[in-house]
Amino acid sequence: MTDLIDTNPQTRRALFRSAGVVAAGIGMAGIATPLLAGAGKTTKKSTTMSSDVSVMQGALALEHEGIAAYRIAGGSGLLSKGVLDVALVFLGHHQGHRDSLAKLIAAAGGKPVEPKTDDEYIKELNIASLKSEGDVIKFAAGLEQGATNAYVGQLAAIKDHQLAHLFGQLGTDEAVHWAILNNAAGGTIQKAAYLFG
Amino acid sequence: MTNLRQNKARTAIGAVLAGIALAFGPAHAPAQAAGNPVTGQALYQAKCGGCHSLDANRIGPAHRGVVGRRIATAPGFAYSLAIKKLPGVWTAALLDKWLQGPQKLAPGSKMFLTIPDADQRADIVAYLVANASSAPARKAK
Repeated sequence: MTDLIDTNPQTRRALFRSAGVVAAGIGMAGIATPLLAGAGKTTKKSTTMSSDVSVMQGALALEHEGIAAYRIAGGSGLLSKGVLDVALVFLGHHQGHRDSLAKLIAAAGGKPVEPKTDDEYIKELNIASLKSEGDVIKFAAGLEQGATNAYVGQLAAIKDHQLAHLFGQLGTDEAVHWAILNNAAGGTIQKAAYLFG
Repeated sequence: MTNLRQNKARTAIGAVLAGIALAFGPAHAPAQAAGNPVTGQALYQAKCGGCHSLDANRIGPAHRGVVGRRIATAPGFAYSLAIKKLPGVWTAALLDKWLQGPQKLAPGSKMFLTIPDADQRADIVAYLVANASSAPARKAK
């Protein structure tokens, strides 16, 4: 890890600014720099950067899917105002996640994965089968549970500690979403510790 | 006398350690256990459902029929070169290995998530084995 950390604070700040992630919080600090610092220097560094960018690409695809799911289900007319308000808050979180990931991928020299079409998401997620508010809440809870596990389950593969921190932030956002939705759906919670990962 | 006490103490410690080894051994044993597909369904939805479905390519490929299928051949899914290079078909044993570390099996592939718990892997694989038929469930409706 150490060899991936750019020790030049000026460079680091400049790269944060270029990635536009400074305002995202302390957990974002340093992510773009180590990823960029490894670019083209050695095979090991390049492999590490490539690996972390690949992890981010998968996460970005996940966020695109979540955004589409909330947007499409939110526009279905199935949700009451109170539930829709919460869904829109969650949608905003996912858009924030998307923006951070896309900027970091681009800053590292990657091309952020694009979202699929709404028709593709509707088919892949079987959104047409949702017939009630309860269906939508259960569906969203399932996506959030999967997303939380996806973030936690990939942590061990991340080489950059700051990116791991970001994934911790992303995963805990999803866990909060899941907890609220699961409760609203009347879902149970397992008795044993370690709900995710 | 002192030696006798020391020997007794060593024997007692050895017995305790052996007991601990027996108690914890099976949980860490690498051997693949037979999984429960019902438990595996819930685990699949919770742990794999962020990216995968049985009948749709999403972030990852569709999984119905994956057991027995040639690697990297789910119709319509854009696989990485890394996994396209893997020969053979998906077996239960290979899926178990894959879930322990996809990047070890196919470095550069798109999947990074691991399932460290052997029992959970076995249950998930059992669920995939139970859905080894390539016929989508929706067609039955």
